[in-house]
Amino acid sequence: MKLTDRQLERYSRHIILNEVGAKGQQKLLESKVLIIGTGGLGAPVAMYLAAAGVGTIGLVDFDAVELSNLQRQIIHFTNDVGKPKVISAKEKINQMNPDVEVVTYREMVNSSNIVDIIKDKDYDFIIDGTDNFPAKFLINDACVMLKKPFSHAGIIRFDGQTMTYVPGKGPCFRCIFQSPPPPDAVPTCRQAGVLGVMGGIIGTIQATEALKYLLGIGELLTGYILIYNALEMVFRKVKINKRESCEICGENPTINELIDYEQNQCDLKEKASN
Amino acid sequence: MKIKANGNEVQIEREMTIFELLDVLNVSMKEYVTVQINGQIIPRSDYDKVTVKENDEIEFLYFMGGGLL
Repeated sequence: MKLTDRQLERYSRHIILNEVGAKGQQKLLESKVLIIGTGGLGAPVAMYLAAAGVGTIGLVDFDAVELSNLQRQIIHFTNDVGKPKVISAKEKINQMNPDVEVVTYREMVNSSNIVDIIKDKDYDFIIDGTDNFPAKFLINDACVMLKKPFSHAGIIRFDGQTMTYVPGKGPCFRCIFQSPPPPDAVPTCRQAGVLGVMGGIIGTIQATEALKYLLGIGELLTGYILIYNALEMVFRKVKINKRESCEICGENPTINELIDYEQNQCDLKEKASN
Repeated sequence: MKIKANGNEVQIEREMTIFELLDVLNVSMKEYVTVQINGQIIPRSDYDKVTVKENDEIEFLYFMGGGLL
């Protein structure tokens, strides 16, 4: 695939970078990224990957846009309230960059659909932009089993963290967190709150990791977790080693099929992604 | 004795189990925190067996993303 004149102009600031060039830009246009959750994290990830010319973007989200989402989920606008998030996001991406093919999945990921969704376009990289632990463990396990790289992230209040899993190259999410907290451990998620920009900061790092992985440049957050606190304005990059006893990527894995963990009642009520 | 917790130097009186340390340092969300000592993630079931020693570098890692923190 050769870049057109319009593409040479649109992506000129990429192409001028030695680490990207026309070749790298072509790679991005041929790449496929799946974004699970089109909320606080997924919105900026989708917008930056679309602007960057990632050729195929898959969006997974069951929810419709709510007024209380708009404080942080910047791909959705006021007149989108009530619209399925995947449709709202697709419309913005289409307006932003016609080079991008958007594939929508209006579903909640679970053990019976996640493999099919990832395999649907044989996505190169997966973004976890979900807001609940059952989904985060499911995405981790599915990516480990299918040998797919993914970016994990979580945000809450003024805190955020993110790590990048690359098959065979470092720890997975389960190496660190073993199993989800019990569903009743969280009294109310609506009350916890999150500063709107948190998704932008952490989501943009997830998008950066995806682009670096696709281009094959730089050092990923593989073997590290990046922890950010906005109040103190401190980033900490903590080195993490694989846990040999990890139930999914360890030496003797005990998990051989995907698990649907119980959802928190309040997660079910407030299904909206981060 | 001196240890490092989340990058900060901390003084504790003596060697102690991770379980005790979580109490002494008043670590939040004790039941769900992941503890890494000198780069090694400690399985939760070993928190009452593994001891923290002088100059150990300890990281407390938290679930984030579902309203837990």
